[in-house]
Amino acid sequence: MDAPQILWFGWFRADIIQEYAPLFWEGLRMTVGVTVVCIVQGTLLGLLLGLARLADARQPATRLALRVLLRWPATIYVSFFRGTPLFVQILLMHFAVVPLFVNPTDGWLLAGDTARELRQNYGAVITGIVALTLNAGAYISEIFRAGIQSIDRGQSEAARSLGLSYAQTMRHVVLPQAFRRMLPPLGNNAIALLKDSSLVSAVGLAELAYAARTVAGAYSRYWEPYLTISLMYWMLTLALAWGVRRLEARYGRGDSR
Amino acid sequence: MDAAIRVDALGKRFGTLEVLRDVSCAIADGEVVCIIGPSGSGKSTLLRCMNGLEEATSGRVLVHGVPVHDHGTDLDVVRRDVGMVFQRFNLFPHKTVLENLMLAPCLLRGLSAAEARDRADALLDKVGVLDKRDAWPNQLSGGQQQRVAIARALAMQPRIMLFDEPTSSLDPEMVGEVLAVMQQLAEDGMTMVVVTHEMGFARRVAHRVLFLDRGQLVEEGPPDQLFGAPREERTRQFLARELRD
Repeated sequence: MDAPQILWFGWFRADIIQEYAPLFWEGLRMTVGVTVVCIVQGTLLGLLLGLARLADARQPATRLALRVLLRWPATIYVSFFRGTPLFVQILLMHFAVVPLFVNPTDGWLLAGDTARELRQNYGAVITGIVALTLNAGAYISEIFRAGIQSIDRGQSEAARSLGLSYAQTMRHVVLPQAFRRMLPPLGNNAIALLKDSSLVSAVGLAELAYAARTVAGAYSRYWEPYLTISLMYWMLTLALAWGVRRLEARYGRGDSR
Repeated sequence: MDAAIRVDALGKRFGTLEVLRDVSCAIADGEVVCIIGPSGSGKSTLLRCMNGLEEATSGRVLVHGVPVHDHGTDLDVVRRDVGMVFQRFNLFPHKTVLENLMLAPCLLRGLSAAEARDRADALLDKVGVLDKRDAWPNQLSGGQQQRVAIARALAMQPRIMLFDEPTSSLDPEMVGEVLAVMQQLAEDGMTMVVVTHEMGFARRVAHRVLFLDRGQLVEEGPPDQLFGAPREERTRQFLARELRD
């Protein structure tokens, strides 16, 4: 027995948590880091996908081209990522897609020793960020699409009538108004993303869930690690929800009827 | 010299519904033209074809000689010179009154913020809502919102102004203040096309009145003639209904 046991309430081995505290902190940093990166990237991807799904034009030829090149691919993309389990997407990404692009012998993007090192050291991070971003983008595109469509047509008609281009109308008139309405669903999505990041532990990403599993394996104790990370996730989601409420309060003013 | 707006055998369908049938007319520079007619007669659609908010099914519209519906035409450029005022105002609710007026001139006319603000102040003063320059649109009455909307269109210094039933969603006591602003604009020599149910305004201010019914241009003429001695039976019936209430 190297360290004295610390018992809380007669059964909770606090010393285990104490011993592995650095691992939990590392896991927390990874969870927060991956979540933040994926929220930002997923939002950008979601915006592009949402706009692609709304792409339209006056001329029949251009309209057909936009349908075939933008609308349909985006629709299929969103349908796939919303219609399959995220867990399966992560496995597919880690064991099939990423090796296709990054692989020592014949990676499409990277090959040789760099590829080997990248896969060894950062394989799970790459998988996690790519898979969560692609998945979040699909869900967020639906939020953007609904948000943009919820803005009265008169708004874009007024902007276009002044001579603003489609892009200027989106940027200065439609998106700022849509964004306010999108904040609550975007917040929910961010919370879902935070929790879903635990799935990436399955391919070895050292985040919170991975830390808990490591500790559980070492001590064959389960209450301590899993209760600990549960509380940590809970605190994080509460903080996120609070942040979203703050944003809503700040951007809510001046909204129309 | 090209007409400000020339409409040539314009046809418009929504699916199987024929909204405009072979409409032709011309609006000269400096002219004030009112378009009247029953609901669903295609008045608004005709107006919306004039700045390309609606596609034409057949025929064409020329604005200062530029074919609006040609695929080679840059509509954004045409629209800078054609202001539009809507029935529902359509002010930008996330921008203050001042910002509503400054947005387009800053983006499209290359004005600095200070220049755009001066121009906006002058216009807000002209339409009588200068004291509301820092308010949000939803803090204004309908009449004030519509006057701001007119000022917003004028801030681009357009050569033509289109009005799509500008007083139809206003409470009766606010109609007058908006019509007064429009009348002033007409007296300043602005080219105006006004879709309206305000027969008094049409009679008083318009140089010419077009009567549209079931997608067709039934009759046109100076207000005295059209209101005083309409040639067509459909016009007579419409005016009898309209002037009764």
